[in-house]
Amino acid sequence: MTVLPLHLNGVGYDAGGKRLIDEISHGFDRGPLTMVLGANGAGKSLLLRLCHGLLKPTRGAVRWGGNGAGLNDTQIRRAQAMVFQQPVLLRRSVLANVTYALAVRGLGRKARTAAALAALERVGMAGHAARPARVLSGGEKQRLALARAWALEPEILFLDEPAANLDPAATRAVEDAIAGIHRAGTKIVMTTHDLGQARRLADEVVFLHHGRVVEHAAASTFFDQPTSPEADAFLKGELLW
Amino acid sequence: MNEFSDAVVTAGRLIATWDRDLAEIIGLSMRVSLSAVFFAAIVGLPLGAAVAVFRFPGRGIVTAVLNAFMGLPPVVVGLAVYLLLSRAGPLGSLGILFTPAAMVVAQCVLVTPLIAALSRQTVEDLHAEYAEQFRSLGVSPLRAIPTLLWDGRYSLSTAVFAGFGRAVAEVGAVIIVGGNINHVTRVMTTTIALETSKGNLALALALGLVLLAVSLAANMAALSVQDWARKAYA
Repeated sequence: MTVLPLHLNGVGYDAGGKRLIDEISHGFDRGPLTMVLGANGAGKSLLLRLCHGLLKPTRGAVRWGGNGAGLNDTQIRRAQAMVFQQPVLLRRSVLANVTYALAVRGLGRKARTAAALAALERVGMAGHAARPARVLSGGEKQRLALARAWALEPEILFLDEPAANLDPAATRAVEDAIAGIHRAGTKIVMTTHDLGQARRLADEVVFLHHGRVVEHAAASTFFDQPTSPEADAFLKGELLW
Repeated sequence: MNEFSDAVVTAGRLIATWDRDLAEIIGLSMRVSLSAVFFAAIVGLPLGAAVAVFRFPGRGIVTAVLNAFMGLPPVVVGLAVYLLLSRAGPLGSLGILFTPAAMVVAQCVLVTPLIAALSRQTVEDLHAEYAEQFRSLGVSPLRAIPTLLWDGRYSLSTAVFAGFGRAVAEVGAVIIVGGNINHVTRVMTTTIALETSKGNLALALALGLVLLAVSLAANMAALSVQDWARKAYA
């Protein structure tokens, strides 16, 4: 069973009488690490939330698995995971944060402890397993959130500014974890403010402006020869509005 | 003021000599109120959490009722429980009127809405923080309830200690359903009421001081639990 590709068909989202996502028709397929770029308020986080099903589109539809895939909601939900800019961690140990997510998926006690420890190991957090999650540093919290998402073995993982407000060393550790998850075969769709990070990680770029996809290109093409004036201005560091 | 200084001396002497009657009264007070709070917490915490997590028609009304019931007049509760437990009442066959069990029932009724209303607020705030992550993980509302109660355990201890404070300090309900029978259903508050009416003000005030000390100890326990939790779990 596979839920990819993910297709947005004319997806729009309004809130407070404002059109925040205008009309996005776009496909995400397995393989490349997709970086969603754009200025503040361009709709990056909203796009991820619409894809992940946390928000219902005002217009259009989010479709999984291509035509005739016949997937039910549970199958679709379980194939995805998301890590938020501010990681939401339970007030329990690092290990318990991961095993909780696996318990929700119905894994037995032994299996989930083993899977959780393995996931923590992969992001270099196994040594912190017994610590309370809420007293971790920002970078450790985000790696824990990544480990929790990874332990669920999603087909597609949404990351909303996963390394915002982290120092370079912590950013590096988070980026390593993201690269590891991607190498292991999970489709990654992420947003970032950090153009350097986008260059380091992206295989392809989806550039948003005013709730629309203005440009979609391979990362090298996007960074070297953006075709839209908006993306060109954005890459030059000009203010866009 | 003379009574007050007498009372302090009497209280000191009563405690220092560990008067048997006093010990019995304090012991019964604690047993009744701790049992009442135990059962009230078993009902009130999940109830408050359920109101916080589930979206259903009439939720606002339920919240308003819970909040209003935090201030239930003890005598009214006592009377209602009395009617239920009296020989002619629907639960008369239990035969527990004028026993400590009846007092536990009355205090439980009194305290459950308090615990439920306070825990609703706590759990709702926590749920606001967790909601998106829960939906991402596919956590059902039913599953969210124990998770939120566990994660809010330190804040929720305040609700439980507040419930204990209300139970142990309450007089109207226990005097009606317990009857203030010496060596059977006499607790601190009913003794204070009795001794006051007999003009035995020093003894009444002395018991009042003990009662205050118990409440203070409960609240300090609540604070130190939270303080410790904040340091350990942030």
